Amino acid sequence: MQKQRPKHLDLATIRLPIPGIVSILHRVSGVALFFSLPLLIYLLHGSLSSAESFETYRAVVAHPLMKIILIGLLWAYMHHFCAGIRFLFLDIHKGLELQTARATAKTVVVVSLALTLILGVALW
Amino acid sequence: MVNRSVIGAHYGLRDWVMQRVTATIMVIYTVALALFLLTMPSSYAGWKDFFAQTWVQVLTQTTLLAVFLHVWVGIRDVWMDYIKPTGLRLALHAFTIVWLVSCFIYSVKVVWGL
Ligand code: HEM
Repeated sequence: MQKQRPKHLDLATIRLPIPGIVSILHRVSGVALFFSLPLLIYLLHGSLSSAESFETYRAVVAHPLMKIILIGLLWAYMHHFCAGIRFLFLDIHKGLELQTARATAKTVVVVSLALTLILGVALW
Repeated sequence: MVNRSVIGAHYGLRDWVMQRVTATIMVIYTVALALFLLTMPSSYAGWKDFFAQTWVQVLTQTTLLAVFLHVWVGIRDVWMDYIKPTGLRLALHAFTIVWLVSCFIYSVKVVWGL
């Protein structure tokens, strides 16, 4: 027997609560990092290259467009890192209460933005 | 394996655990690297010398291996959630494997300075 249940899956009108936002951004950042892996390895490659090619590398990394991409990736890693740690605690049943879960979700958003800002300014 | 049960919902458990273990490895590596960098003079030469040490190379490569295993499980989950046509899903899984293996090989070259 097929039960008829009310369904509300209109993504455009659902207001996602903060833990939901953290969760979907964790997925988005993970996928973004996946596609950026060659770039990330290249960054390490360039930083370890010989003195002459190091200058070329510096020019590549100093390009404004590249800087914007790198800030984006920095945020992606910071968010995935902080949200990931939060998920690991949830997995061992720490912080499951609604109030706590909301508070830690907010903390993740704030801390990852703050870290991005601090590191971004330091590296720019 | 002798006592392998052919039914049940726990086949994903191994992958789930691997995703968590690899995540923990990455967290430890990230924190340790950050601490090292903070106590190091920030110069091209200092950075190069740091990465020329075998133990740094070994731990970096191990962590990168963890990244690739983690992402294999993670991206596969994403494809399984959104991509329903079998052929397309299979193609994306194949693409993911090729992508990750290539990245791994590139990372070996970079980490060991080949
Ligand atoms: C600092 C390290 C990291 C931590 C603590 C971490 C943590 C996690 C956790 C706990 C999950 C499972 C989430 C879930 O089941 O909902 C996950 C999923 C995932 N991670 Fe990571 N991760 C880290 C680094 C990375 C990196 C470097 C990448 C990519 C290059 C990555 C890509 C992914 C992807 C694609 C998923 C699947 C997303 C999903 O199912 O929504 N992670 N991560």
